[in-house]
Amino acid sequence: MGDVLVWAIWFLAAAGCLGSGVAVITFTNPFFSALALIGNLGSLAVLFLLASAEFLAAAQVLVYAGAVMVMFLFVIAYLGDRSAAALAGGPSWISLAAIVAAAALLVEVIVVIGLKAGDGLADEATVERSFGSPEEIGRLFLTDHLLAFEITSIVLLIAAVGGVVLGTRSRAEDEEEGRYA
Amino acid sequence: MSGPDVSWYLIVSAILFSIGTAGVLLRRSPLIVLLSLEIMLNSANLALIAFARLHGGHDGQIFALAVMAVAASEVVVGLGLIVAIARKRLDLDVDRLRVLRG
Repeated sequence: MGDVLVWAIWFLAAAGCLGSGVAVITFTNPFFSALALIGNLGSLAVLFLLASAEFLAAAQVLVYAGAVMVMFLFVIAYLGDRSAAALAGGPSWISLAAIVAAAALLVEVIVVIGLKAGDGLADEATVERSFGSPEEIGRLFLTDHLLAFEITSIVLLIAAVGGVVLGTRSRAEDEEEGRYA
Repeated sequence: MSGPDVSWYLIVSAILFSIGTAGVLLRRSPLIVLLSLEIMLNSANLALIAFARLHGGHDGQIFALAVMAVAASEVVVGLGLIVAIARKRLDLDVDRLRVLRG
């Protein structure tokens, strides 16, 4: 009974994930695309939970579906009508080639996984209940992976500085505005 | 783990990555290109987490968290660029943007 329930939830989450992924790239209104991406990230968080990555599932909802997507929606609202864009540019054979390229990538990945790792994927390691809990992840971040943790903080700081630099108006821009206004 | 084994997660991850690739190649709006990039990064995260579960180690999950931080930084810079492009009164169309000069 428990197994059936896990499979059912897994399939629901996977279907939601793929469906909203297709929705993101097909909607013409970027606002709806961003909303579909929130659904995509939410169902991915369910898949993370089922793969016993509890802390990551929580971080996914907080960081992605919360913070990052709110920023996206703010920018889409700031741009207004200008953010709407046609589905694809150029002649139709370019679109066809893009889809063929993506499909080829999918086939390649599946073939390589099947050839190289097909047999080893069935026997999973047995893990404790605490696998993937905030406690375990936090302990590893402050012991074995301290360098990665610190470098991540520097990357975030640089991104914040870059965002401010890109966001502030330069003096030349102000003068230009004044001339044409 | 009762339920699907790792290969199922990998298949979903591969399909999601291809969807993201198709989005990056097909769409002209830089906003949608950024959203598709997020899909690709997240599919890689799903594969990392599935392999972490397979091997019973936490390294994959730590890597996935680092990827999340990098993705957040990328969104900040990407959205900053889009806003800067919009303020220059340029078309928001990746086919027409040909110069990087500010």
